[in-house]
This record gives sequence, C-alpha cells and structure tokens, in this order.
Amino acid sequence: MPELLAVAMSGGVDSSVVAALLKKQGFNIAGLTMQLWNQRRMPELQTGETTGRCCSLDDVYDARRVAEHIGVPYYVVNLERQFEESVVEPFVSEYLAGRTPIPCTLCNTFIKFDQFLTLADSVGAGTIATGHYARVSYNEESGRWEMRTAVDFSKDQTYFLWGLTQAQLARTLFPLGEMNKKEVRALAEEFDLPVAKKPESYEICFVPNGDYAAFMDAYLKQKGLAAEASAGAIVHEDGREMGRHAGAHHFTVGQRKGLGIANPEPLYVISTDTKSRKVTVGSGDALMRSTLTARDLNWVSWAGLGAPARVNVRIRNRHLPAPATIYPLPDGRVEARFDEPQRAVTPGQGAVFYSGELVVGGGWIE
Amino acid sequence: MRHSYFDYNATGPVAPVVLRSLAESLSEVYGNASSIHYFGQGARQRVEAARRSVAARLGCDAREIVFTSGGTESDNMALFGVARRAPGCGIVTSAIEHPAVLSTCARLEREGHPVAYLAPGADGVVSADSVAAALRGTGIVSIMHANNETGVMQPIEEIATICRAAEVLLHVDGVQAFGKAGFPAGCDLYSVSGHKMGAPKGVGALYVRKGVALDPILYGGRHERERRAGTENVPGIVALGCAAGIAYDSAGIAALRDRLETGVLARVPACTVNGGQSPRLPNTTNIRFDGIEGEAMTIALDLKGFAVSSGSACSSGAVEPSHVLLAMGLKPEEARSSVRFSLGPGNTVEEVDSLIDAVVECSAHLRRISATFRSEEAVAHA
Repeated sequence: MPELLAVAMSGGVDSSVVAALLKKQGFNIAGLTMQLWNQRRMPELQTGETTGRCCSLDDVYDARRVAEHIGVPYYVVNLERQFEESVVEPFVSEYLAGRTPIPCTLCNTFIKFDQFLTLADSVGAGTIATGHYARVSYNEESGRWEMRTAVDFSKDQTYFLWGLTQAQLARTLFPLGEMNKKEVRALAEEFDLPVAKKPESYEICFVPNGDYAAFMDAYLKQKGLAAEASAGAIVHEDGREMGRHAGAHHFTVGQRKGLGIANPEPLYVISTDTKSRKVTVGSGDALMRSTLTARDLNWVSWAGLGAPARVNVRIRNRHLPAPATIYPLPDGRVEARFDEPQRAVTPGQGAVFYSGELVVGGGWIE
Repeated sequence: MRHSYFDYNATGPVAPVVLRSLAESLSEVYGNASSIHYFGQGARQRVEAARRSVAARLGCDAREIVFTSGGTESDNMALFGVARRAPGCGIVTSAIEHPAVLSTCARLEREGHPVAYLAPGADGVVSADSVAAALRGTGIVSIMHANNETGVMQPIEEIATICRAAEVLLHVDGVQAFGKAGFPAGCDLYSVSGHKMGAPKGVGALYVRKGVALDPILYGGRHERERRAGTENVPGIVALGCAAGIAYDSAGIAALRDRLETGVLARVPACTVNGGQSPRLPNTTNIRFDGIEGEAMTIALDLKGFAVSSGSACSSGAVEPSHVLLAMGLKPEEARSSVRFSLGPGNTVEEVDSLIDAVVECSAHLRRISATFRSEEAVAHA
C-alpha cells in the first residue's frame, strides 16, 4: 500500500476536487473534515441558512458524499476545543482591543497546518493536501520551501498562508495552486462530484452572515463576559462629536457603512479606541498611511531580513500588493515604508511581503 | 483489506438464525397482528411467541413485555410514562447513563421535575448508598444495568431493595446487559434493545412489572395493551424473540476480552483499564493510553482494518470526550485518550491477536509523533 495522504475536506468544490484528483493520480488517500465550531451553540445567531458556514451538518454531509463518490475512507475529527482557544478567543480579544483580527490566518497557522497536520500524521498520513490556492516548491540551493502566489491570482490565498513554517510546508500539498477556478470547476464536473455546482463562501466561517458584532456580543454573553458599559462617542477627527455608538469593538478601520451618521461627505472609521470608547471618523484622506510596523514575523521563502529590501506589501486579502521598502528593526519587528500612501492600514491584519510572485514572509500589523 | 469488528456495544450483526426468521416473516407473515382473519392471526401468533421468548429470557410474565422501536423509545416510555403521571415528582438517575435517559431526564427537568444526577465512584460504580441518600420526593429512579462505555455493572439488586423499601419505582436501562447478564431482581421497568444482541435495528422492548401504571408516549390504536400505539413491527419482533433464544457464550467472549486486555497491557506502556477493577460485562474493555488521542487511534486502527470506538459521535460524526469517563473523575485529556473495545460472538483469537499487534504499533507511532512533531517545529522556528 502506498503511503497514506490525508485530504482536508470541507465539503466545498475546491477540496473535493483535490481529493478526487489525488485519488485518480493513484495516491492512497483518506478524507478528513475538521469539526471546528458548533453552529448550534449560539442559537440566537441562527438564520435557518446553514450551507457555506463552517462545520454545518450540510457541509459534513457533502464531504461525506464526495468521499463515498470517489471511494475513500472518510472521518470527521473534532478540533472544536483547539479552534476556540487558538482562533475564536484571539478573534474576540483582538476586536475588544480595538484591532481588526484575521481569523483565517490564525486558523491556518494553529489549526489546519498544526493540529490537523499532527492528527493526520497520527493516523498514518505524513502528508496532507488542501484546496488552498498557492504554490509550494523546494529550492535545492537555499534549502528552503518556497511559496508562490496561485496561478489564478483572483483565487490566490497566500495572504492567509504566510504563517506556515518550513516543517509545515514540507508536509503539505496544494494541488490547486497551478489551476484557475474554471479548470477546477471543470474537473468537478468531469469527476461528477456531487458538489460540482455548490456556490463558494467567502465570509468568516464561524460568524453567521458576516455580522461579527452580533457574534461577539453573543459569545461574550455566553462566556459570562457581557460587554461591560461599552457605549461611547463617535468623534470627527476635527474634534466634533458626530454621534454615539454601542461599542467600539463593533467598528473596524476603513468602515464606511453602518455608522449611523448623516454627513454630506462620506465618513470612514479612522481609528477605534476601546479604552476611551472613542470611535474616530473622518474623510477618506485621513485613512492614508505611508508606513506600517509588523510584529511576530514569519519568514517563508526568505530565511530572514538582514538588510532593507524592496518588496510588495499586501495589507488585506483583496489588496493589490504595494511597492515598499522593508527595514528590519532591532527588536525583530519590521517597518515597511510604502512608495505611495496606502488606504486603511488596519492594526490586527496581516502584512504579507512579496517579491514578484514569491511569498517572502509576513507579520501582524501593529 | 480485511475488516474486523470490535464495536459490538455500538451495534452488531444479525445472527444467522435470526436472519432466517426475519426473512421468513418479512416474506410470508404480512398480516396485521390486530386483524381478526387468518393472516392477522398468523402475525399475532408470531408476535406472542416472540413475547414469550423475551419474557423467558428475562424470567418474567409475557404480559409484562411491551414491544417498542428500540432502547431509546423504551427509556423514553419508562421515564415519561411514569414521571408525567406525577407532576413535579423527583427523578434520581446517574451521570453515566446513555443519552436516551439523560436527554429524557433533561426534558422532564424543564417540565418541572427535579432531577438528581448521581456521580459514580472512580471505579465507575454508582453506589446504592448514593441512591438512598438522594431519595426525596422521588417518583422514579433510573440506573443502567451495565455501562455501554466501560462495561461496568451497577448494583441494581441493592438499589432495587432500597427503592422497594422507599416505595419508589426503579427503571433499569438494560440495553447493554440484556442477554449478557441475568435479569436483576426487583426492578419495575427494564429497557431492552434488539440490535445489540443479534436482532436488527428498530426493535426493542420494555419490561413493565405487573401493576406499574404507565402513560403512553405515542397515541393511536390500542396496541400492546394500550401501552404502545402503532402497528406491530412483526418481522422485528419475531427477530427479537428469536435472538432472545440464543445463548450468549459469556465465558468464551470473556476469554477473548481478557486476552486482548492482558496482551495490550503487557506490550503498551502507560495504559490503564477504565473501571477494570469493577464487575464488568464479559465483552467490554475501555483502555486509557496516556498521551494518545483516542480519536486518532480509532481512525488509525480503522485504516488498518479494526473497528473500535472512542467517546460518542456528535451529529457531524466527530468524537466528543466521553461523559461517562469524565463523570468517573478522569480529566478531559484522559477521557480523550481512552478507547473502547467491545467484542462479540463473531470475534476469533486470530483477530484479537492481530488487533493487539495493531494497537501496539499505533500507540508507538502516536507517542512518537506527539513528542517529535513538536521538536521539529521548534527547529523550524529557530
């Protein structure tokens, strides 16, 4: 029997195609679905619509059907405890601290490519495959695993994968990195997968309808940490009080909608301060920044940063990487100076450095 | 790949002789047991023969047997049937019961019945003294005969004496024990399931001691002496009756279980049998492997062709740590590192020996990973 390969199956089209493709290529595979979050835990957030959300019974049903269709063993593994600890709790506390967290990166770094990888290894699979769009290859000269953006840049997910270590990359396959979405859909049809026509989901998987404020309030209430008196003022950068809000953690830098303020010019959230409970708003220009500092760096294709270097920096998922020079700071952090000021540099998001299509490394924006 | 089955406490195959009776009644006995004609009479005769057979196995009167759709319905019928007749009466049960009892009690709690959930000792036994101490305005006590995860037998006869003296009804969930252990004297209600003992899924029975009044939970026709509405599942009932007549090879199965247990304990360091010091069912062993995720071992063993179990599956199929082991005082990580092996009439010495080899191999691999994977990570970060 060839060595076992575990495919992380979400019940979506991408990971289903990965499973079918590898099976066809002759790998000995097992499908594993991570049970990360119990959607029924906070029934007040339920809307009746269950697909496309993390760990819904429908998604597990779909993954199971695909595994049966291609004829591979299939298991659901429970990582709810680890997910809450490593993803949900930091997500909530980041918001409460006035930052805008990015749970998908935490999930990739601490769950999918850590706990899940270990679990796969435990059941006899030294290597895993996922449906992420990214390319990974080994560079004999540098002795490092390198990551490149997906061939289909519109599907590229390297923004969420910069936290992967060399050990993790060495044991992971991303078969979709070389394909575009059309080809993947075509393969799904060709393999006659039961999920071939399933729509994609983009929202944060454990937050129903993208309403993260409602999620946080429900979560805090369940934890007995009901958001204390958190109401405060919405203040214009010129000092005028523009209105009131129910909690600074309900706002995110760059946000324009849902401020509840009538103003002739569009207003954006410039900053939030959960301590003084102040939300500062202003015109779009006030959002422009020409530098950022990143902490907790992880170097992917490069071994580190010894001297200033020219890169492109991406500050959110749909952001076109912007030319900048990155400078190593003595304490291990990195400062990026953009050639042109960038809009809404948001504390808590990732800053990912690219050299061409190569993912150099990344860190968390302070 | 050959697959061996070591999960008989979850369910088991239909015994060959039962399969024949099932096939015969499915194809030939299609009358409604309530009809007065020839076809109905044929069905009725078979249902009553099955009732006598189940009663004989339990050592009770045939009229005390009510056929149900399975263990869960029997448990629901006993608890709802008794408690709802006495609004507000207390219920005493244990923290190691099957969800069929625990969820029913939780529902009754919401209906205004105070429920006491007794904790077992570290040995997995719910003591009769703890039952005695909990009786206060109690309408019904519900304690299982043998635990499905550890196999530990509960002191039902002692508990029955206490209940009898206090004039409180005693329900016993006998789903795991029926057929494997003798019927405990003195209980008032006893739940039985077909598929754990060679009959198919979807049939069970509730022993209701003569004189015990029970409200129905299903409303409809006057079947089963007006205790359980619904056209009788004749093939299922026939199969249950047939299965009740099969002798259980306790000694033979206990020998295989002991072979497995001693084999694993001798060859795998740092493992313990949960509830191992207590009287147990002959077929069950629940082993804790320190530092190993039981879920991972279950999957790894399945991929090698051995079906075992760890904890109970939630709605998605993921495994949750066993509430039984937690109630026995195990830490969550200890509960998660436990695996249940439950044997049955189909197992052989050869299967047991290859299972031991597989467990030895898996546990060594799993322990290697939990140590080395972390150190590789540390190197990568350095």
